[in-house]
Amino acid sequence: MSGWSRALSGFARSDATAATISGNHGLQLEDPLLFEQDAPGRCGVDLPEPPSGDRLGGLRRRGPIGLPGLSEPQVVRHFMRASQKNYGIDMGLYPLGSCTMKHNPRLNEKLARLPGFADLHPLQPEATVQGALELIDTLARWLKELTGMPAVAMSPAAGAHGELCGMMCIRAAIEARGERRQRVLVPESAHGTNPATAAACGYAVDAIPANARGRVDLAALKAKLGEDVAAIMLTNPNTCGLFEDEILAIAEAVHGAGAFFYCDGANFNALVGRVRPGDLGVDCMHLNLHKTFSTPHGGGGPGSGPVVLAASLARFAPLPWIAHEGAGFRLVEQAAGSAAETIGRIKGNHGQMGMFVRALAYIVSHGTDGLRQLSGDAVLNANYLLARLGDLLTPSYAGPCMHEVLFDDRFLHDTGVTTLDFAKALIDEGFHPMTMYFPLVVHGALLMEPTESESKASLDRFVSVVRGLAERAKAGDAAEFHAAPRFTPRRRLDETAAARKPVLRWRRPAPESQAAE
Amino acid sequence: MRYLPLTDADRSAMLGVIGAASVDDLFRDVPRSVWLDEPPALPRAMGEIEVERALMRLAAKNVPASAVPSFLGCGVYRHHVPAAVDHLIQRGEFLTSYTPYQPEVSQGTLQSMFEFQTQVALITAMDVANASMYDGATSCAEAVMMANRLTRRRKAILAGDLHPHYREAAATYARFGDFSVVTRPAGPAGENDLAALASKIDGETSCVVVQNPGSFGDVRDLSLLAEACHRAGALLVVVVAEAVSLGLVKPPGEMGADIVAAEGQSLGNAPGFGGPHLGLFAVREKFVRQMPGRVVGETRDVEGRRGFVLTLSTREQHIRREKATSNICTNSGLCALAFTIHMALLGEAGFTRLAELNHARAALLADRLAALPRLRVLTRCFFNELTVRLPVPAAPVVDMLAARGVLAGVPASRLWPERADLADLLILAATELNTEDDIATLTAGLREVLS
Repeated sequence: MSGWSRALSGFARSDATAATISGNHGLQLEDPLLFEQDAPGRCGVDLPEPPSGDRLGGLRRRGPIGLPGLSEPQVVRHFMRASQKNYGIDMGLYPLGSCTMKHNPRLNEKLARLPGFADLHPLQPEATVQGALELIDTLARWLKELTGMPAVAMSPAAGAHGELCGMMCIRAAIEARGERRQRVLVPESAHGTNPATAAACGYAVDAIPANARGRVDLAALKAKLGEDVAAIMLTNPNTCGLFEDEILAIAEAVHGAGAFFYCDGANFNALVGRVRPGDLGVDCMHLNLHKTFSTPHGGGGPGSGPVVLAASLARFAPLPWIAHEGAGFRLVEQAAGSAAETIGRIKGNHGQMGMFVRALAYIVSHGTDGLRQLSGDAVLNANYLLARLGDLLTPSYAGPCMHEVLFDDRFLHDTGVTTLDFAKALIDEGFHPMTMYFPLVVHGALLMEPTESESKASLDRFVSVVRGLAERAKAGDAAEFHAAPRFTPRRRLDETAAARKPVLRWRRPAPESQAAE
Repeated sequence: MRYLPLTDADRSAMLGVIGAASVDDLFRDVPRSVWLDEPPALPRAMGEIEVERALMRLAAKNVPASAVPSFLGCGVYRHHVPAAVDHLIQRGEFLTSYTPYQPEVSQGTLQSMFEFQTQVALITAMDVANASMYDGATSCAEAVMMANRLTRRRKAILAGDLHPHYREAAATYARFGDFSVVTRPAGPAGENDLAALASKIDGETSCVVVQNPGSFGDVRDLSLLAEACHRAGALLVVVVAEAVSLGLVKPPGEMGADIVAAEGQSLGNAPGFGGPHLGLFAVREKFVRQMPGRVVGETRDVEGRRGFVLTLSTREQHIRREKATSNICTNSGLCALAFTIHMALLGEAGFTRLAELNHARAALLADRLAALPRLRVLTRCFFNELTVRLPVPAAPVVDMLAARGVLAGVPASRLWPERADLADLLILAATELNTEDDIATLTAGLREVLS
């Protein structure tokens, strides 16, 4: 028995659960759902009494809605307690590969909340929103310069929405040539959104295999290219954390076949300030402002996914556009004139303005020199993990890696410990796990992206924990891994049961007399 | 650079461990022909003081709708957001967490999403809801695509007074998703439109999309339209662009809606020049496995305690790839959290009262406007928004009033520029934030400009 399991043997969490009357554990506080704290008539806001009478033409809502009544202190406490059951980048290392969980500066939050941005209505007269249009235009200019692309569509709401926007532009350009191509090539290592997007744009998806070096197999790609191929959707650096070193040949082959090169820009954090996608032959690429440019991910959004476009695609960009007019700016909202070939609107209003403010604040804080330093540090940090862990874990590919490093589960072979178990053990050690089981091209993937926000000391602590866990796994402590996590507000959850009989909302429990039947 | 913790000493120590000569050496897979030896020629780093100054200068060039009387609506509404909402969503554990892929360390987000789904189901009177979409317009487009999948038909009929941004987004998705949308002509007083809509349903129709209240403010009973849809094997998609209306107006679920696609910005979220907002998406229980987007479900942990997980992921792109119900990944998590907290503070009593207050302010606005000469209120049954016909084109009037410090509403020509016959129409909304003084300032301005 190792020291680790000896230390735990006297402390199974179920004992601890039984040990408290409340179900609380020190600072981990339980709270019933909002709906279980209802007192009819209680309210957390004070609003004046409205006059009676209505002009609803008999369409007044009848009967209770079923919302619970809570006071403000109850609501504050409820969500405070909920917040303390979450892990955030503010708390520690969050090495979730391909997600770029970097520090979210609070200055950006402050600026996004200025009334001059937050309280603007999107349909105000243009004369009253010149500063907002200037801000979007300034951010657009930075994004174009950093990517070396001549145009950018600002309205997509997130990365996958940007993909959709880009692929729509590509299809529009192909149709404008009088062609109707059928297939989109997507590497096996791609994010799931890529094939889903291609399908949503009416294309059949054709997978391209990776070569032994974790890059696109150029020969296989060339064999699949043909006059029915509309585009390739390629992530660079790819999801194995590697730069596609044959990218210029890929772009040439794709263009030679009359197809377009869509680049998934989720991993632009590795390149910003050092390499411009426009120089790589990219025709179209979305930028996740919530990754590279640090707008907070908020537990699942909102994101923002501007799409930079080559000259050949610019005229198909979605509405609205910002145009310079005299000393000011105006919104192009109609498909006419220079915008006659637009794909049209893809969402309401003008884009994720709140994210634009944050992203611009982040960009100008760094400046062009800081952005170059940032990508360098991100790549350095990932390579440091590779160097410090490479002998004990099993790196899938030889380095150098870019901003993230991919391991597979060969180092866990015959230990009885899976990638999932390993991730859950990391949780007990106070870290958010890396991305698990993605990309699909290696077995039991562990994809680690430390980002530039981590200090060397932070990485060293992480390395010592990962090494310690790997040694314990190899020493045969599988049962301890299977029991992890132990110190979280909830331990492993039954996901199979959740999917088999979905309970997707709270319902008032049946009265006991009925429940007993 | 204040956000970068590595020192030069760290960097050289780390390079030593790696065995690389320099950071640039780590980029050796990048072809030299595209490598930038210097960063692009753009401004250099700035301190917090300078950044703050630069962005405040831009903010100061705008006229925020909170600084002047504002009657702007048309899908984005200015409501009071209690201070507790913004405090709570800025908790780092909420703000700086990712999509809850690891449920043991994401119960805060997951539980809140479960509460959000329940609130959305309750206010729409539908069975279940997802964990949010990007906004109302994309919710609407996704609803049409879901109806296409369910009915195996490929034509949607859109009401004429559907918000034009929603209509245009649906048309864009249709063009590239190889289905069709047919739109009725726009105009206020949409009762006639409902009958016309029903008459257009045929065996190819997957769904009818109707907004309530409509873009001109009209509140209508959709029950007969729902029956007509169902008789023809089509679905009724109800769009709600003002979620506060659900506190007072008969909800879509009680009028036969199969899918509700709504904008949730009004609860907890600032107008923000149009984003980020949040799409609400609610459906009948039997359709749940064709629903797009993330969904949270209740389950148990190994100790039998209630907990929450992302579920039904076999619909989603990260599992199903090209066979997914939608390509959506990131949604509007934090906006949905703000919605949930605001709704929790309101509760049954507060939500109903907020809706009544909005309606009462709009009724007052309607009466004051009706008293003006040369102007006609066109909307009879409304919630908090209504349309008036001016004796002159509305857009210049709005510009003149903006110059006098009143944001008078949305001229119909902003949303339907192709329709010269609507150019005299002005759409105005009133919320709990509009005072009697605001209304007096507006009517005085209108009186002056129109005289």
